[in-house]
Amino acid sequence: MSVLKTEEMILNMGPQHPSTHGVLRLELELDGELIIDVKPHVGYLHRCFEKHCEALTYPQIVPYVDRMDYLAAMYNEFGYAVTVERMLGIQVPERVEYIRVIMGEFQRIASHLVAVGTYGLDIGAFTPFLYCFRDRERILSLFEMTCGARLLYNYIWVGGLSHDLHPDFLRLAKEFLPDFKNTLSELNNLLSYNKIFTERTANVGVLPLDTAINYGVTGPNLRASGLKWDLRKDDPYSIYDKFDFDIPVGQGWYGTVGDCWDRYYLRVLEMEQSVKILEQALVQIPDGNISEAIPKRIKPPEGQIYTRVENPRGELGYFIVSKGGLQPHRVKVHAPSFIHLGLLGELCKGHFVADVIAILGSIDIVLGEVDR
Amino acid sequence: MMIYDFFISIFHNELIAAFLNSIIPVAFIVPFALFAVYLERKVSAHMQDRLGPMRVGAHGWLQSFADILKLLQKEDIVAAKADKKLFNIAPVLTFVGCYAVFAVIPFSSAYIGANLDLGLLYIVAVSGFVVAGILMAGWGSNNKYSLFGAVRSAAQIVSYEIPTTLVIITIIIVTKSLNLYDLSVNQTSNMFNWMIFGGYVEGWHKIALIPFMFIGFIIIYISTLAEVNRTPFDIPEAESELVAGYHTEYSGMKFAMFFLAEYANMFAVSAIVSAIFLGGFQSPFGYLGSTLNLPWLIPIEQFFWFASKGIFFVFVQMWLRWTLPRLRVDQLMAMCWKYLIPIAVVNLLIVALIMVL
Amino acid sequence: MKTPQEIFEILKQKFGESVIGFADNKLLEFAIEIAPLAIAEVGYFLRDDSELLFDNLILLSALDDMTGKKVTEEDGSFRFEGGTLSVIYHIESTSSRHKIVLKVVVPKENAEIESVAYVWNHANWEEREAFDMIGIKFLNHPNMIRILMPYNWDAGYPLRKDYKNPEFYEGMKVPY
Repeated sequence: MSVLKTEEMILNMGPQHPSTHGVLRLELELDGELIIDVKPHVGYLHRCFEKHCEALTYPQIVPYVDRMDYLAAMYNEFGYAVTVERMLGIQVPERVEYIRVIMGEFQRIASHLVAVGTYGLDIGAFTPFLYCFRDRERILSLFEMTCGARLLYNYIWVGGLSHDLHPDFLRLAKEFLPDFKNTLSELNNLLSYNKIFTERTANVGVLPLDTAINYGVTGPNLRASGLKWDLRKDDPYSIYDKFDFDIPVGQGWYGTVGDCWDRYYLRVLEMEQSVKILEQALVQIPDGNISEAIPKRIKPPEGQIYTRVENPRGELGYFIVSKGGLQPHRVKVHAPSFIHLGLLGELCKGHFVADVIAILGSIDIVLGEVDR
Repeated sequence: MMIYDFFISIFHNELIAAFLNSIIPVAFIVPFALFAVYLERKVSAHMQDRLGPMRVGAHGWLQSFADILKLLQKEDIVAAKADKKLFNIAPVLTFVGCYAVFAVIPFSSAYIGANLDLGLLYIVAVSGFVVAGILMAGWGSNNKYSLFGAVRSAAQIVSYEIPTTLVIITIIIVTKSLNLYDLSVNQTSNMFNWMIFGGYVEGWHKIALIPFMFIGFIIIYISTLAEVNRTPFDIPEAESELVAGYHTEYSGMKFAMFFLAEYANMFAVSAIVSAIFLGGFQSPFGYLGSTLNLPWLIPIEQFFWFASKGIFFVFVQMWLRWTLPRLRVDQLMAMCWKYLIPIAVVNLLIVALIMVL
Repeated sequence: MKTPQEIFEILKQKFGESVIGFADNKLLEFAIEIAPLAIAEVGYFLRDDSELLFDNLILLSALDDMTGKKVTEEDGSFRFEGGTLSVIYHIESTSSRHKIVLKVVVPKENAEIESVAYVWNHANWEEREAFDMIGIKFLNHPNMIRILMPYNWDAGYPLRKDYKNPEFYEGMKVPY
């Protein structure tokens, strides 16, 4: 009789799998249900964004920027516009700034709704997902009304916007906010405080603060680990200094600081803060011409710049090197999803297979941005 | 008069009568499964702020038939590296397992497939077929996700049979019978004779039994939920982790068999729970047939009550599915071994004590 | 909080020759140029020094400086002979809130830089990306393989300015 031997099982999760949130392949090394190692393999969606940029003029890049984090396209454009405007030294009209902030915060809510909804789906709760999508649909209709597109907008241009707001926009947006607050409390009762949900997510995938910083984690994931770090306040851009809002931080409500539940709940809290910003912005918005600052020809001086904005997923940064031409010499994107995915192996060790899904969902990646 | 005797009186042949008698559950299960699939879609849709199927027939009532038609047309794919024998037997065995359970479930006072004296024991024994079928499916598919699902499922079903059995023993102590037909017949006249209200026991024992019967009812309901792999215990087919668990590799009619077995099983466990605790086919308050002095009406009314109780519990299962998230596999086991089994044992001891006194 | 100039003085004092210069990049950013093989050492110092505490590597980006001699082939394609590649590190301190930019320049023919993946774990994937896209080899990196392109991509490094698409990849036609 041969000697019995045991070995680890390699399980391929993805590229086609219901909950890898896109085409991501995870190579799981398993001992029964326990994870020994996770190796993410990325690149299935690689479409040479950075190489394309080197052949396009600055305004032509805007639609390409949309396609990175396709759930927060508005914010990608926002960041890009801010970066190029800083290179050129353009001051945009106040109305444009307000519209950008309004769109950006609506986009943040829409993006977090997808994150929170699909997270419930990953844990097995189907219904909250549809409640979230119902409200996201209303936000997308607002966007559609403004610029004709529902996902990839090409709306925020360097120095201005493609269109002014629709006459009905402000009224519909103001109507949306109270309804949305109800959805949030409904979501909390249905999912957030659900006993099974908290059992599944609290104390799972704990990300200590020093590890988070060392891995370059930003955005909600970093704040869930306990650092009050929000670029809207810590490295201000646009007109965020005019609004009164708080930065929620993870407090380990149900378990340890920086666990999956904290990361999930922080997104819910951030949506509340976005509503707060929107309530102020929708009232204060001034009149003005939105296209007066759009430059005819964009030709930044020679040099390099790194500008970052607070995207729903974290710090979205653009590093642009200009050699003084009409096209950038090099564009490098600081893509939060890419960085957060690098952390997955570290977070998953010693957990169960089911937790991989919970952790992957809680760090909320978009593969379009990982692969660029 | 039982339907079996009726068949004998027509055909004067026991073999034909037995055969016809055994077909009746199929005639119930298949339409029920079609209805349940439709119900599941509509229930989930309305819980989620949407309409569900609306195109095939008025309010989509023909949707299930369209689905079956689609499944019949689909190619029956067998993976090249699969273990063909096991792969082909598994869906049949799973279906047989849950079909066999219907043999001892009394549909009304006029119909029971086989009036076994060991009915409850038979159910516990026969439902083991389902585990074997699932394990075969998982192993035979030669797919790691399927294997994962199958092993989880086997562990889950075997574990949750223990609290189920403990509660059944509790019932046996009170009724002193394993016969489901007798059990149902005895819980007659009004709902306070149902086992959940202490059954047809006399005197103070009945009052003392009520809380423990409620506990038993909750335990058996939770564990049967786990035995049929429904949310929050749908870990074997956890869509977000294991794609579809043990039936990942199945397509066409073989998949439909699993599907049918799942819905049949949902009804079977609901029927068992209602037969044990909620009077089975008995009406909660008298019969129209006895008031109007129409004895032939009574079995039909009984069937109505039986079906309504079953469908109500199936509805509750759906309700839970579209409300709750899913447990993790270790939490599932912890729930069974750390909570349900100890509570069931203590419950059993207390009930035994009450019955001895 | 310290200005880049002060940090440069500190580094110059500590590392001497390895800190090459203080490059003014004209537009908004100043970079401290570091020798390729000293960057990890400098990184450890920047991270652990109690006054600096640069605990966060924001971004590691590599670029082709396009400084070599342009040689045009007969078919119209071109390549650069010689020239340099550079890697730019944006780092900041989450506690003291100061940030600086480090720059490392290496010749294209022998593009080797000490890895900072053990200093800031974040650099692990970013360095793999830099290797994948620009072709800079990071020494002592835990897992120096391609990340976005296929693992067996052998047609060069896409973000170099003289990169040419191959005709075929594994029997499939590439330009479509």
